[in-house]
Amino acid sequence: MDHATFTTAFRAALFGGPPPPGAFANDPDEVERRFAVYRNNVAHSLTRALACRFPVVERLVGGDFFAATARVYLQEDPPASPRLSQWGQGFAAFLERFEPAAALAYLPDVARLEWQRGQAYHAADAGPVSAEALMQAAADPGRHALRLHPSVAMVRSRFAVVSIWEANQPGQRPGGHLRANRAETALVLRDRADQVPVIALTEEEALCADALLRGATLLAATAGTEGSAAMRLLPLLMRVGAITGIAEQG
Amino acid sequence: MTAFDRTLTLTATLAAALTMAAATASVAEDAMEKCYGVALAGENDCAAGPGTTCAGTSTTDYQGNAWKLVPAGTCMTIETPNGMGSLEPIES
Repeated sequence: MDHATFTTAFRAALFGGPPPPGAFANDPDEVERRFAVYRNNVAHSLTRALACRFPVVERLVGGDFFAATARVYLQEDPPASPRLSQWGQGFAAFLERFEPAAALAYLPDVARLEWQRGQAYHAADAGPVSAEALMQAAADPGRHALRLHPSVAMVRSRFAVVSIWEANQPGQRPGGHLRANRAETALVLRDRADQVPVIALTEEEALCADALLRGATLLAATAGTEGSAAMRLLPLLMRVGAITGIAEQG
Repeated sequence: MTAFDRTLTLTATLAAALTMAAATASVAEDAMEKCYGVALAGENDCAAGPGTTCAGTSTTDYQGNAWKLVPAGTCMTIETPNGMGSLEPIES
């Protein structure tokens, strides 16, 4: 058997298939039981890995429910890359159609937020733009767009994802009156100290940030908003080191 | 206000915002230094995620499809239109 055939069979065996060819025990009846130990170890490790990636989802539903959910998820969408940081992109979509969690309609968006934080943490490095370059862009905002750090992303939700995320950080006790049905938008990025904060944006700030992310000029990005959005957003982006360059257009 | 006036106003606002932004940069550089490895073990404020430690593998995980299991975490304190920790689908 060639290597590729073996690894394919071994992988299938890990995710529910029969033990791979070559699995051996002195008592042949024990092959399945012994391989099940191995299968369980892999599943358990992946379950814990998923919990590390989605700690707020785990906290929201509880450890037992999360572990049982992860077992179903990893059968459906096992890691495709040896880099664990790449696994879990499909978890939010999975939760959306996962019947036992259907009552928690906000859960998929919380998962999206946590996934985005992981992506931000592992995003490429890029140094901040100089204050001088920024001032030059200010002189002609209709011709200059911002280059933003590769970690910068937004998560829009019709649920209160930022509030839910914050209330479920270590040391926080969620209050009894956190209303889920309230739209919130999160800005996620990795700051100068390699922390990944979750920043709530107003609707205007979200519109502005969205346009900036799409490469609109400073003037175009703020055209549809009151100036106050830019007044908060631009200093904030600069402070955390998220503005990495200026692009000249036209 | 004409479109031209509006653009002028926005340009002025942007200049102010960018000046403020430029001023924060040097402060931020002074105030922050990279700190590796300070996140407490078990705290979930670190987005690094899995892959850096070896999880214990002795637990036999819950198996099977006994979906009598219901969410039992802090979702029970979050208010939905159907009540706290509602187990009915939320109408959208």
